[in-house]
Amino acid sequence: MPQTLKACAPPSYPMAPRMIPVTRFIRESQDVFTFDLAAEHATPFTPGQFNMLYAFGVGEIPISISGDSEAPERLTHTIRAVGPVSAALGKLQAGDQVGLRGPFGVGWPVEEAKGFDVLLIAGGIGLAPLRPVIYWLLRHRAAYGRVGVLYGARTPDDLIFRSEVEEWRRTPDFQLRVAVERAGPEWTGDVGYVTPLLSKLRFDATEAVAMICGPEVMIRATALALEDAGLADSRIFVSMERNMKCAIGHCGHCQFGPLFICKDGPVHRYGRVRSLLSYREL
Amino acid sequence: MKDIADLLRHHPFAEGLDEDTLSLIAGCAKNVVLQPGDYLHREGAAADSFYLVRHGAVALETFVPGRGSFTFLTVKSGEILGADWLIPPYRSSFDARAIELTRAIAFDGKCLRGKCEADPRVGYEMMKRFIPPLVKRLQSARMQALGMYDAANA
Repeated sequence: MPQTLKACAPPSYPMAPRMIPVTRFIRESQDVFTFDLAAEHATPFTPGQFNMLYAFGVGEIPISISGDSEAPERLTHTIRAVGPVSAALGKLQAGDQVGLRGPFGVGWPVEEAKGFDVLLIAGGIGLAPLRPVIYWLLRHRAAYGRVGVLYGARTPDDLIFRSEVEEWRRTPDFQLRVAVERAGPEWTGDVGYVTPLLSKLRFDATEAVAMICGPEVMIRATALALEDAGLADSRIFVSMERNMKCAIGHCGHCQFGPLFICKDGPVHRYGRVRSLLSYREL
Repeated sequence: MKDIADLLRHHPFAEGLDEDTLSLIAGCAKNVVLQPGDYLHREGAAADSFYLVRHGAVALETFVPGRGSFTFLTVKSGEILGADWLIPPYRSSFDARAIELTRAIAFDGKCLRGKCEADPRVGYEMMKRFIPPLVKRLQSARMQALGMYDAANA
């Protein structure tokens, strides 16, 4: 397996946003929404890369691309409204314009993972950056071994991409477990924390690649559980987002030890960042 | 037809258990089948049993007045259900309800406690099998209590 991850080339004028119209808006849950942008203005991306989205007059935030990297007719982002910029983006409607810079960063190792079992573990909004990997795996299914997806969320009402999740669940040779932290009696799926469900997936730990995206506490716990199961830390990949501003490694806002999350990540080999994750000052 | 010792032998709980101990604890066990909606135990009731789930799924629930029942954990095939039989006053902390057709091995807690008291080696074997899943559930419960997926942590 190669030791370096590759990024798509950044755009020619990386600090200049392009104005792109919203073509479709979908409410995923109470605080999560998805919108499509007119993709004819977009630059090709690899799964796991992100764009800087600019809500005019409010600000700019990094958002992972949640759509299909091989479906150029749509450029899709899924966002959780947690601050003023994301809340402003949540008020957009079809026809409104958004500023976009990107794509930036290093994505998921979908090429390197060929021939391996693939495990995807997503927590909350973390399913959005992993959805392009799922699309990729479904398109190139024969190139991979066993595929397993774990997805954790607060409650059934907080699940995103629900119809697609059900489609994936019905897909042959595709293991999917969804766990919520609490549920009413109508929910018959798993309830509990997502990490213990690893024991329910079938995979060969010596021939597997894992990709994790979610809250950092979940990332740490899941990476350790994967190591306990026998995965090498060089085959565990994690996506991190920390204060990205310029997205090209100039401003230093997202510096994480020797790394710039925006250009060295957001996807990192766990073996490279595991010691940094335990530094509380970072 | 399999007897209870055979069923027990095929459950992960019995992995590494010697035949004598397995036969001894099998004397406290019986096979049970639960339909969806059946309760294995109710909150506040005597905790006189624990279960090894062979197939199916059981929801652990608590009732919130005015809001209904909430599930906080599901227990599935190969897992252990019930810890309140281990500690006085042996009272169930939560409801446990089958959410699909469930087959399980049910143990009489009082019977098993007696055998553990009589032979500490059996007690130690039981402890080795109960503590790891209980600790893992405690760790998971802490993560759930922190609200890991809430906006502030996302």
